[in-house]
Amino acid sequence: MAKRNPSYDFTWCPGCGDFGVKRAIERALTARASEKQEPIENSVIVAGIGCSGNLVHLQEGPQPFGIHGIHGRTLPIAYGTKSANPDLNVLVVSGDGDFLSIGSEHIAPQARRNLDITVVVMDNGIYGLTKGQASPTTDLEEITPTTKYGKLDDRMNPLMVYLGGGARFIISELSTRIRPLQQAIEDAMNYPGFSIVHVQSPCTTYNDTYAALKGDEANGIKALAQPIADSHDASDYFQALALAAQPGVPVGVLYKADNSVPAHDRLTQAKQKAGIASTDIEKLFDGMVI
Amino acid sequence: MSKNLVVRFAGEGGQGVVGGSELMASAAAESGYHVLTFATYPSQIKGGPAWGQARISSEPILTPGDSLDVLVCQNEYAYDANLPELSDQGIIVYNSQEFEIEHPRALALPTDDMAREAGNARAGTIVMIGAVAKAVGFSLEALESFITARWDRGRPGDAAIIEGNIKALHLGATAADESGFEIAQVDPPVEEPDARERILIRGYEAACLGAMAAGVDVFIGYPISPATTMLTYMESNLNGDGKFVGQASSEIESIAALIGAGFTGKKTMTSTAGPGLSLMGEGLGLAWMSEIPLVVADVQRGGPATGLPTKTEQSDFIMAMNPGHGDMSLPVIAPGNVEEAFWATAKAVNWSERYQGPVILLTEMSVAERAQDIERPDTSLISQESRSISDGSVENRRYEGEGVSPFPVPGGPGAYVANGSEHDEQGDTTHLADVHIQMTERRFAKLKTLNDGTFEAENPTASIAIMPWGGSKGSGRGAWQELTSEGIDIGWYYTMYLNPLPEELLAELRTKDKVLVPELNYMGQFAGHLRQLGVAAETINQYTGLPWRISDLKEEIKGHLS
Ligand SMILES: Cc1ncc(C[n+]2csc(CCOP(=O)(O)OP(=O)(O)O)c2C)c(N)n1
Ligand code: SF4
Ligand SMILES: [Mg+2]
Repeated sequence: MAKRNPSYDFTWCPGCGDFGVKRAIERALTARASEKQEPIENSVIVAGIGCSGNLVHLQEGPQPFGIHGIHGRTLPIAYGTKSANPDLNVLVVSGDGDFLSIGSEHIAPQARRNLDITVVVMDNGIYGLTKGQASPTTDLEEITPTTKYGKLDDRMNPLMVYLGGGARFIISELSTRIRPLQQAIEDAMNYPGFSIVHVQSPCTTYNDTYAALKGDEANGIKALAQPIADSHDASDYFQALALAAQPGVPVGVLYKADNSVPAHDRLTQAKQKAGIASTDIEKLFDGMVI
Repeated sequence: MSKNLVVRFAGEGGQGVVGGSELMASAAAESGYHVLTFATYPSQIKGGPAWGQARISSEPILTPGDSLDVLVCQNEYAYDANLPELSDQGIIVYNSQEFEIEHPRALALPTDDMAREAGNARAGTIVMIGAVAKAVGFSLEALESFITARWDRGRPGDAAIIEGNIKALHLGATAADESGFEIAQVDPPVEEPDARERILIRGYEAACLGAMAAGVDVFIGYPISPATTMLTYMESNLNGDGKFVGQASSEIESIAALIGAGFTGKKTMTSTAGPGLSLMGEGLGLAWMSEIPLVVADVQRGGPATGLPTKTEQSDFIMAMNPGHGDMSLPVIAPGNVEEAFWATAKAVNWSERYQGPVILLTEMSVAERAQDIERPDTSLISQESRSISDGSVENRRYEGEGVSPFPVPGGPGAYVANGSEHDEQGDTTHLADVHIQMTERRFAKLKTLNDGTFEAENPTASIAIMPWGGSKGSGRGAWQELTSEGIDIGWYYTMYLNPLPEELLAELRTKDKVLVPELNYMGQFAGHLRQLGVAAETINQYTGLPWRISDLKEEIKGHLS
C-alpha cells in the first residue's frame, strides 16, 4: 500500500466478500507479472461503479493502471483499451448491477468479438453502493427497498447469459476461496479470448449469503455452492448449458472452448489476407484530383 | 452567358437522382468548372421524394444555389414539389412515360424507351443528362470520357454498359437539340495558372483526411445518418501499424471505447449525429473528468429525438458545448465548408491532445455530404501535436498541478487511476471540498491553452455586423457581399472556433450595436451563447431542414438593420 493516498475515503464493510476478491486479484496480477517477466504496469484494471468497482483504488502492493469510469460501461472501455494496444493485459472488475443490469447490453457484443480480456464479476445479489435495492441476481420474492411485495422478476442466471452471449471461458467461484480464485483469474488472463470469472461475493450489510452458500450439512441444509464434478467436460458447450441451468452455484470451470482466436488476431489475419497497406494520405488525395 | 448553373434531378429514392447530379458535377469538374453538390432524400432505401443537385460555375461557389436553371423530373410529384424553385428562364426535362405536363419550357422525353433503344434499360438518367448537357452547352466529350472512366471497372460487360450509356447520352442530346429549347449558357471555366492542384472531395472525406493528417490512430463508431459515411471511410482507409477502426454496438459503446483507447496514449475519434451525441453525454463527462483526449464529430441533422435524419440543421450547438451533466465546457470547432472540414478536424485532433480532453467537431449534413472542388490541402502545413508522455518522474501523480500535465501510458511508468469520480492527484476518489475546487479549476484552466483560434473580420468599423457559423457561412457570405455591394454598411465576422471563441474576436463583437447570427435552429442557440458572453447578438433563424438561400437571408438581414 506504499503509494496509497491516506485521504482516500472509501472502505468496504467488515466481512464484505470483495476483500477476498481483491486479495486474489492482487496475487494473480503479481504472479502474472513475474511469470511473464512484464511490469505490473502492463496490466489495466477497468472498474465499474459500485462497492465492487472501488477495488481498483484499494489494490495493495505493486500498482497496475486503472480506469474507474461510469456505471455499466466497463466492457466498452475495455474494448477500446485492448483494441488500441493488444499487448496490454486488461482486467474488468464489476458488480452484478454494473455488469448484468445497466451494462448487460455490452456482454454479447464483446463476447462475440472474442475480445481478449478477463472479467471478474463480484455478484452479491444486490445493489450495495446504493443501499440494498434489488439487482438482476436478487432472489425471487426477496424484499428490498425497491421490491416491497417481494421481488417479482425472476432471478437472472448469469452463467446462462454468458453462455448464450458467446463467452468462451467461464469460471464460477467464491470470494472465500482465495487461492482457487487467484488461479482461476490467472488462467482466465492466460486464455486467448473473452473470459469471465463470476464470483459469489456476499454483501454482509444488505444480502449476507455466506451461510446459504456454505450450507449446514449437519442440520441437513445443502450448500448452495457445489463443486463441479470431475466428470464435467468443460469443453462441451451443451454439458456447460445443462450444468448452468441447474439450481445452485456450481464452483469451478463451467466452460472452456478449445478453439479461440481473439479479436485482435482475427483482425490482423483478415488484413493480412486482404493485403491491406498502410494509409497514404497523399495517395487518397491523388485519387480525387480533377 | 451566365456565371453559373443549377441542375436538379428530382424523383424517388433509388431512381438515381443523386447519382445523376453527381455525374453531372464530376464531369463539370473534369472540364475545369467549380462545382458543389447537394442532395436531400427521405430516410428510406427505395421510394420517397428525393433530389440531388449540382451547381456548376466559372467562379468559386458559396452555396448550393437559390433557384434552379434546369429541373429534371422522374415523376409528377417531383415536378409539383420542385417547380416553385425553377427560375423564370429555367427549363424542365421530364420522363413523359411517367406523367404528362403542360409547361411552355418542358422537354418531354420517353426515357424508358430511349434507354432501351440505347441498349441499356437502366440508362434513363443518362438520357436526361444528355439532354441537359445539350441545352446548357456542355461538352458531350467530357461526359463521354467521364462515363468511360466510371464504368470501366475491369468486369466483363463493362464495354457494353459504356457503349449503351454513351448512346443514351447522345439520344438525349439529340432530342434536346431538336426541341429548340435554349437556356443561358454557362461561362467557360476560368484558368487559374498558379493555383495548386484541385480535387473533388466530399465534406466527410475532408474531415477524415484532416484527422488522418493530424495522426488519428483509432476510430470507433456506430452507424447513424448523416455520420455513417465517416465511419465507413475510415474503415476503408485508416490502416497501418497501431491503427484500429471498429464498429461498436451503440454510441454509449463508441464513446466508452474511445476513452479506453485514449487512455493507452492513442489519438482517437468517432462520428455521430444528434441522437448518438445525446447517448454520449455521460461518457464525454468521463473524458473531461479523467482528462482523456478524443474527438467526436457531430454531423448535425434535424432534431430532437429521431427528428429529420436526412435533413440539415444547426441545432446541436448547446449540446455540443455541454453534452452532459456537471460543470464542463467542451471545445467546439465548426467548419463552414468542405475545405474547412479538413483543417477543422486536424485542429480538433490537435486541440484534444494539447488540452488533454474531448473536442467536438460540429458539422452538419449539408457540409458533410456535399461534394466540392477545393484546392488540394497542403498536409505539410499541419503540425501534429501529441500529449507529452509521463517519464515517471512524478510517479503516479497524474493530476498534479494547475494545468496540463504529462500523461502516463499503460506499459510505462506512473500507474494511476483515470477516474470519473472526483479525484486527487493520483486519481483516487475523494469528496473533499478543497480538492473538488482545485480539480474543477484545473479542468477549466486547461482550456486556456486553446488560444490559437483564428477568425475573419471585414469592414470592422461598421456598428452592425453579421456572424454566421458552421454551414451557414456560405449563404451568410453571399448575403453580406450583396448587401455590401448595395452600399449597406455592415461588418463581417466568422470563426470555426465556437468554444472557446478567439478572445480578440469576442472583444470586437462586444463593441457592436448589433451582431446578427444566421443559424438553422428555432432557439437561436449560438446567438444566445453570444448574448451570455456580453455580445448584443440577434438571431436570424430558419428551421426547414434545408440550408439558407442567399436571397431569403438577405431579406431577413435587411429586416434587422433598422
Ligand atoms: C448512470 C448511473 N445510474 C445509477 C447510478 C447509481 N449507482 C451507483 S452503483 C449502483 C449499483 C451498484 O450495484 P452493483 O454493480 O451490484 O455493485 P455493488 O455495490 O453491489 O458492488 C447504482 C445504481 C450511477 N452511478 N450511474
Ligand atoms: S454494502 Fe455490501 S457490498 Fe458494499 S461494502 Fe458493504 S458489504 Fe460490501
Ligand atoms: Mg452488487
